[in-house]
Amino acid sequence: MENITSLLSIALGAVLINNFILSQFLGICPFMGVSKKIETALGMGMAVIFVMGVASAVNWPINNFILVPNGLGFMQTVTFILVIASLVQFVEMFLQKAMPSLYEALGVYLPLITTNCAVLGVTLQNAQKGYNFGEALTYGIFGGIGFLVAIVLFASVRERMEFAKCPKCFEGFPIALVAASLIALAFMGFSGLKVW
Amino acid sequence: MNVKKQFFEGLITQNPALVQLLGMCPMLAITTSMFNGIGMGVAVIVILTCSNVVISALRKIIPGKVRIACYIVVIAGFVTMVDLLLKAFIPALSKSLGLFIPLIVVNCIILGRAEGFASKNGIGASALDGIFQGFGNMVALTIMCIIREFLGAGTFGGGLLNGGAGFQILPENVVALGMILPVGGFLTLGIVIAAVQYFMSKPKKSKEVAK
Repeated sequence: MENITSLLSIALGAVLINNFILSQFLGICPFMGVSKKIETALGMGMAVIFVMGVASAVNWPINNFILVPNGLGFMQTVTFILVIASLVQFVEMFLQKAMPSLYEALGVYLPLITTNCAVLGVTLQNAQKGYNFGEALTYGIFGGIGFLVAIVLFASVRERMEFAKCPKCFEGFPIALVAASLIALAFMGFSGLKVW
Repeated sequence: MNVKKQFFEGLITQNPALVQLLGMCPMLAITTSMFNGIGMGVAVIVILTCSNVVISALRKIIPGKVRIACYIVVIAGFVTMVDLLLKAFIPALSKSLGLFIPLIVVNCIILGRAEGFASKNGIGASALDGIFQGFGNMVALTIMCIIREFLGAGTFGGGLLNGGAGFQILPENVVALGMILPVGGFLTLGIVIAAVQYFMSKPKKSKEVAK
């Protein structure tokens, strides 16, 4: 029973309280880059959930059975990023075959998941916090869901913002950042949420 | 002349953070005190220069298809070294930057310069490019830090000057704590970039009018 509550609190924390984008600042590049349309944001979010989940699942045994017992803990960064890069390559080939339309829509941003800090961040955090396998997997998947929630919310705000008037120098990126700051303000409300 | 051009590109016209909009994550996350900003900036300069030199030296050996993976391995190697060095010699910085030191691996500035500059130019030019681009990034980080620290905590030079406490400029009861929180990060960066766009578009316009 205790297990389930701890998993639940990790899950809720990853989605709402410590949202990867809005309170930990991980994965800002795709958050700003792929959020112009809701559909692409949704596709990107799905791809990130998948990569984060699988990366957590693959990196956990590598870290705990290979790196740590052999005293190679300092190789974590190098190993993790290599695993993630090959995973992304795999996802790319899979999408190209199975969902060509989504593949087209994601374009250059798909290989860029490799350099999404949220993916490397989640695996490093799993190692730092000493999560067990179930906790690491939960943290990865729900962290991805948190990313999806944030990017879809932000994309819907941005779609409406296209038609809004704003000062010339604020056009494009700056006004998007200001909108992001308001969403972050809303998410700050969740920080009071204590789970068990 | 060329060096001068590279310097101005790195610092102003092609500033990696404020104009090319690369490396946003550390830009928003760690800019809460001057100590963090300068520490991060120096770490990025070191890693960027070293990886630029190595990648430039290997540019004819690395096959085109797997180049990104090769770049990442080179960068990750240097990041690990810097991470270990900081842990050993400046533990306070290592503690306050935390996860964002290993995450320099996925900082788009470094991969972007490797792909955009070091893979096409000689070793000397790449080393200079690393220093100048890194310096431009550090200046941007420091500006963000100064604004956010001043408005959010009322201090200047926190963690660095005045024995680590910084100089208290605003009294503590008037500061807006939100500026140090994520909200302030997004807001400050938006306004700083807007200001940069405003000043960048000005001279162009006056030239167009003159023509």
